[in-house]
Amino acid sequence: MSLLDDKQRDAVLRTFKQLGRARSARPGEQYGAPGNGSSGWLSLMTVIALFALWQVATSAGWVKPLFLPSPEAVWQQFIEVSQEGFADATLLTHIGWSALRVFGAFVLALLTAVPIGIMMGVNRIARGIFDPIVEFYRPLPPLAYLPLVVIWMGIGEGSKVLLIYLAMFAPLALSARAGVRSVAIEQIHAAYSMGASRRQVLVHVIMPAALPEILTGMRIAIGFGWTTLVAAEMVAATAGLGFMVLSASKFMVTDVVVMGILVIGFMALLFDLAMRWLERRWVPWKGKV
Amino acid sequence: MSLRLQIHDVSVVYPGQRQDQNVTALSGVTLDIGAGDFVVALGASGCGKTTLLNLMAGFIRPSSGVITLGNYNSQLPVTLADGELRDQVTGPGAERGVVFQKHALLPWLNVIDNVAFGLKLRGVGKGERTERALHFLELTGLAEFRDHAVYQLSGGMQQRVGIARALTNDPHMLLLDEPLGALDALTRERLQELILQIWQRTAKMMFFITHDVEEALFMGTRLIIMSPRPGRITHEFELDFGRQYLACGSARQVKASPAFIALREQVLGIIHGDEEAA
Repeated sequence: MSLLDDKQRDAVLRTFKQLGRARSARPGEQYGAPGNGSSGWLSLMTVIALFALWQVATSAGWVKPLFLPSPEAVWQQFIEVSQEGFADATLLTHIGWSALRVFGAFVLALLTAVPIGIMMGVNRIARGIFDPIVEFYRPLPPLAYLPLVVIWMGIGEGSKVLLIYLAMFAPLALSARAGVRSVAIEQIHAAYSMGASRRQVLVHVIMPAALPEILTGMRIAIGFGWTTLVAAEMVAATAGLGFMVLSASKFMVTDVVVMGILVIGFMALLFDLAMRWLERRWVPWKGKV
Repeated sequence: MSLRLQIHDVSVVYPGQRQDQNVTALSGVTLDIGAGDFVVALGASGCGKTTLLNLMAGFIRPSSGVITLGNYNSQLPVTLADGELRDQVTGPGAERGVVFQKHALLPWLNVIDNVAFGLKLRGVGKGERTERALHFLELTGLAEFRDHAVYQLSGGMQQRVGIARALTNDPHMLLLDEPLGALDALTRERLQELILQIWQRTAKMMFFITHDVEEALFMGTRLIIMSPRPGRITHEFELDFGRQYLACGSARQVKASPAFIALREQVLGIIHGDEEAA
């Protein structure tokens, strides 16, 4: 005697067959293209499911609040820290200091790393000089050279900004360099045969062609920035999201820790959305040529 | 006196890993292109057509031999005054426009800004730039697409933008590297006719690369057939079919004429002979 009747067995077999090879695509879709179809709904459902799980796990008492506080407690802390503050500063002050450090370092890195990366792409001397430096320190974890940065720059703002700056420099420089390499040689030849000077080729052909890669590099770099922020605020900070999370963990105030993590995540997400919007506006041709 | 491009006994050797692995891309090429000449280069891949075009454009320099671009009455060889070479081609210049096979438009500029790009490089003001670019967009039938993004256009339209862009610079010479190679047959024939009409109207020197025998016979006033290993010119023909088309206006009639077919078969024979020898 079988566990399934014939009809059920057919359905199961059909499902397995579909797993082996997809059916013909709908008009407008590419057959066999990896990752076909939209995923937005699933993402939304995942977020809702995770929140629900969090809610249930805390209210049912599966986990102690010390390890995972309830969503209400985290929200409560969000309101409270916004109004009263935590560790002698309100949430807005913490956010302000962190944003100042991250975006200050980001602006400095943009102003230096992008020109250097472009120079590395177009000039063999610049490439020869900067390549070993960037390639050597790029894989180092910022925590490894943090002590050295503190010895050099002291425990003020300088060392914090420098640490974040260094974490952002390499991805920005390398993306600018890769962007230069992505220009089609025919585009350069066309410009020269229309009488362009080297400077004009750089400004009117190479730099616009490198822009999509640079924008991608900016997204990666700002991610590195937020990653490094907590390390930077470990040393003698009096405000900042990373500092807030660290000091909350010292006193086992887990709801502030979780709230801080969520705020950092939201800041990074907002910036990334803004960058994607910029990408659509500035480089609509990306991936279409 | 008018401008001529003269190539005298030019060879190009690409360096290999070792001395005996050097590749001779072009060997002993001599060619004289004057005003109104429409030279078509035909040959199998690897015969050095594109190398020859890159030499004329000034993107590469010859390993030996001389290329000059200047006002000469004399025929070849190039006159060397006291061993000093005048008017030597030493790099690209706006008097030699290039139309590429693909990938050469700038996607961050719309159609009209691509066409006006050369004028912008020369510092021509916005109003005049637009006016002159629009003239060549009308000539190539693209005026209504002036504000489109270039990556939204079909391949044939993109090639027309490339041709309009080269023309807007008003070069003395147009170098076209298989400009119609990637297009469908119908678009291709239309653009062949368009290029011939532009040539008739502007009397520019043309150098046109193709691997399509019919296209080669139809387009030029002179056909050079090239052979590989080493790349060299093996045959030259005078052509009249392009002018016949411009006189009668019917491309099909010209291409179906017995003289056209006879020459087509002869040229095909030469090229097939080359491939069997290889």
